Amino acid sequence: MILEKILTENDVFWMHAEQGPEADIVISSRVRLARNLKKVPFPHLLNKDNGVQCFDKIKTAWKQINTLEGYNFDLKTLDELSYLDKQILVEKHLISPNHGKVGSHYQGVVLNSNGSICVMINEEDHMRTQCFLPGLQVDKCYEQAEKIDDKTEEYLDIAFDSRRGYLTSCPTNVGTGLRASVMLHLPAIVMSGQIKGIFQNLGQIGMTVRGLYGEGTEAMGNFFQLSNQITIGQSERDINNKLTIISRRLIEQERLSREKILKDMPYQLEDTIGRAYGILTNARIINSNEALIMLSSLRLGVDLGIIKGIKPFTLNELMVAIRPAHLQKKAGREMTPLQRDEYRAIIIKEQLQRKISDDQE
Amino acid sequence: MYCDECKQKLASVHLTQMFQGQKIEMHLCETCAAKKGALLIFDQDNNFTIPQLLGSFLGNPYDFQELQPINNQTVCPNCGMSIINITQTGKIGCSECYSTFDRELEPTFRRISGNTEHVGKIPNRSGENILLQRKIDELKNRLQQAVSNEQYEQAVEIRDAIKTFEKEL
Ligand SMILES: [Zn+2]
Ligand SMILES: [Zn+2]
Repeated sequence: MILEKILTENDVFWMHAEQGPEADIVISSRVRLARNLKKVPFPHLLNKDNGVQCFDKIKTAWKQINTLEGYNFDLKTLDELSYLDKQILVEKHLISPNHGKVGSHYQGVVLNSNGSICVMINEEDHMRTQCFLPGLQVDKCYEQAEKIDDKTEEYLDIAFDSRRGYLTSCPTNVGTGLRASVMLHLPAIVMSGQIKGIFQNLGQIGMTVRGLYGEGTEAMGNFFQLSNQITIGQSERDINNKLTIISRRLIEQERLSREKILKDMPYQLEDTIGRAYGILTNARIINSNEALIMLSSLRLGVDLGIIKGIKPFTLNELMVAIRPAHLQKKAGREMTPLQRDEYRAIIIKEQLQRKISDDQE
Repeated sequence: MYCDECKQKLASVHLTQMFQGQKIEMHLCETCAAKKGALLIFDQDNNFTIPQLLGSFLGNPYDFQELQPINNQTVCPNCGMSIINITQTGKIGCSECYSTFDRELEPTFRRISGNTEHVGKIPNRSGENILLQRKIDELKNRLQQAVSNEQYEQAVEIRDAIKTFEKEL
């Protein structure tokens, strides 16, 4: 039931910008905890037989959490989901691109009703518990993920060593198993040419910058994912604090750059934003790359009050709704790239016009 | 001179390496040198592979293939992975691999995190003793402080608390 709703509707909780602080620049925050079962081979060594045993243990625990702790999580194996549905979860950022490609019956996903909690089962680790919230709320994400983590620890024997911490399949996650990240929209920092230098500095202080869809993806439309690199030797609180402090600095820098551009070249800025709005509301064919770049400019226009009447939620929703799987799910059929580009243009136009008239009522 | 590593065989490989501005000398037997060399494969980023490292010291390049039999000997009793499997995949086999290959994995952790220890969350259920131990360690530090500050009454209290906690272990 829960999953069906998340698969058919665009809405997931992190899109609700109105419920998150600094949500104009920090689109969402995410925390991920990597956990493994004691003595059970890590997922890359699992096969049909021991994979099912492992999955059953985890499944039983989640059932107990639902019945005994009063939760309402939905658990599905990846072979129960179509390729398209898995891609929907990837596009919503709920599961990793790798998890969306596989389809065995001992891999799975656990979700809550608004999509703020999503656990990947037998991805790189036995469990990766994630919490997603709108805006800059890394601490709150951790708090919620930890609560779920505490519950799972009551029902499962988790691999832990006093010196190495939580034991993970890749040595780079050992310790806290914590990856905290924020999705940032930094158009003015990019425009002012400071982004490369900033990223180099961030790399030197142990932060990783990635594109919209995580590992190995390029930055598109001025959207960047910033996360901690080191998982051991620092407490969870320190890791979360560091990310929050750095995010605040980037927010400040982005706001200053926006002010400066608005002051130094207002016409050029309005031109860029106006053109983006024109393309988005008039294009008949648009690919997802162009759409994302235009949506970035439109978002800046909304933030600066140059474009009025569009809710931040709509902008977040559109970023996901224009992706291939979401388009095809909505259309109810498979589409060629060209068909998708045509349909994408229709969806964008509909959303932008509808939302503007909604808001004016 | 005996091998620094196993302290049993004679050292025939003498390595000098600059590490973070410090000169580090190592005297190893051939078996231990091969083991150490094999693990340097982990350093994919800095291209510090065995043929280069040992080759430059031994005068002739070492063939990685030759090293495999030596390292293949230990396998994890729980999952069957060898350190070679781990090195090649970059993935650990199971929770027990961590203790089985503790020494072999040391250079990897040193590279990733400077070999720092976990200071974060401890699981409530399986971690009760660890929590207790951490508390005791903390109290022992406070005890030392109290003694050096000549706060003897406090010191006695702390000492008693440590005793109670230690009984629970
Ligand atoms: Zn030796
Ligand atoms: Zn193992």
